[in-house]
Amino acid sequence: MQECRLSANNLACQRGERLLFRGLALELGPGQALQVKGANGIGKSSLIRILAGLLRPLVGTVEREGSVGLLDERPALDPALPLGKALGFWQRLDGPGHAELAQLGLSGLLEVPVRYLSTGQKKRAALARLLGQEAAIWLLDEPLNGLDARGVAMVEDLVARHCTQGGIALVASHQPIALPGGAAIDLADFTA
Amino acid sequence: MRHFLILLRRDLGLLLGGERRGATLLPVLFFLAVAMLYPFAVGPDAPVLARTGGGVLWIAALLAAILPLDRLVEPDLELGVFDQLALRGISEELAMSARMLAHWLSFAPALMLAALPASALVGIDAATLKTVELGLLAGTPGLAALGVLVAALTAGLRGGAALGGLLVIPLAVPLLVFGAGSLSTGGAAGIVLTAAFSLVLWAITPFAAGAAIRSARGQ
Repeated sequence: MQECRLSANNLACQRGERLLFRGLALELGPGQALQVKGANGIGKSSLIRILAGLLRPLVGTVEREGSVGLLDERPALDPALPLGKALGFWQRLDGPGHAELAQLGLSGLLEVPVRYLSTGQKKRAALARLLGQEAAIWLLDEPLNGLDARGVAMVEDLVARHCTQGGIALVASHQPIALPGGAAIDLADFTA
Repeated sequence: MRHFLILLRRDLGLLLGGERRGATLLPVLFFLAVAMLYPFAVGPDAPVLARTGGGVLWIAALLAAILPLDRLVEPDLELGVFDQLALRGISEELAMSARMLAHWLSFAPALMLAALPASALVGIDAATLKTVELGLLAGTPGLAALGVLVAALTAGLRGGAALGGLLVIPLAVPLLVFGAGSLSTGGAAGIVLTAAFSLVLWAITPFAAGAAIRSARGQ
């Protein structure tokens, strides 16, 4: 795993007229995981997008070292294509990573068009895309949505393994999730 | 370059292949339908048809190029594909270049082929057909670029597809003026100007469309 670091300083985020949070700082090194808690609409997704560099914060700075993998509610897999082909596109971009499809419960679904997959199956497919990317920093936005109990355990296991290998995981979730170290912040503490 | 080819392969697959193959044929069928309807509307006056037929083919080509507009950028924006590409260091400009080329490949060659039977339907002679074909060769890259540009600008807006179609038409006027204008002068000058306009569009579209997608993301 490449050297990785994720730090944010004095972040504030404004959406429309609303100041969502301010004064947020965090610092994650290799092997560390952090859960971001908070009610719906409090700014968890915005924080993830700011940390990924896809959204500019109102104030504050983000520093990243290492490649970033993002998992959010959009699977980024073409709905009309069979799952195998849709994943194949990202595989060609990312190089031959090894997402163990059987372990994700996807091995029988490769010929099924993505739009016929259930919510949970789509989430598993997006996880396969994330694993194939072999990014050092994982930013997971509500990774448990739509997953059954076995799926939840699977995500916890994947994150634990990622951290053991020296990766960083930041998980935004309103549901309880067992992360290595068990660190968590609540965005409600940073609301304006 | 490797990334460009991977993107192009995906875009071509989505625009040409798979389950939406019917949607790819649609612009061509639309183009042929206009060419077929025109003599019915104008009447069987051969000289009038021959004089105006080339221009009608141009208008039909323009409208046919607008049809796939809503599939060009919007779906990928909704799926988060551009975000995932950005995380991998692949710029929106590169993605838009590939999209532009794929869009052109998906409709222009088929349209130029369909111009052969269409020319018979509107009754234009071989020399005019040659001018139309050369004009389309010079003009369709510009139409493809315009399509991607406007699709990127209107992606994420409500009713963006209809608005996009409306926006392309005035922007395509120079292409039409020079392209169809070459029919009356019969000269290469109009075609060269059409090609020049296409080149300008081809050059600015990746940057303008890329910027549009980045700003759509910031909201």
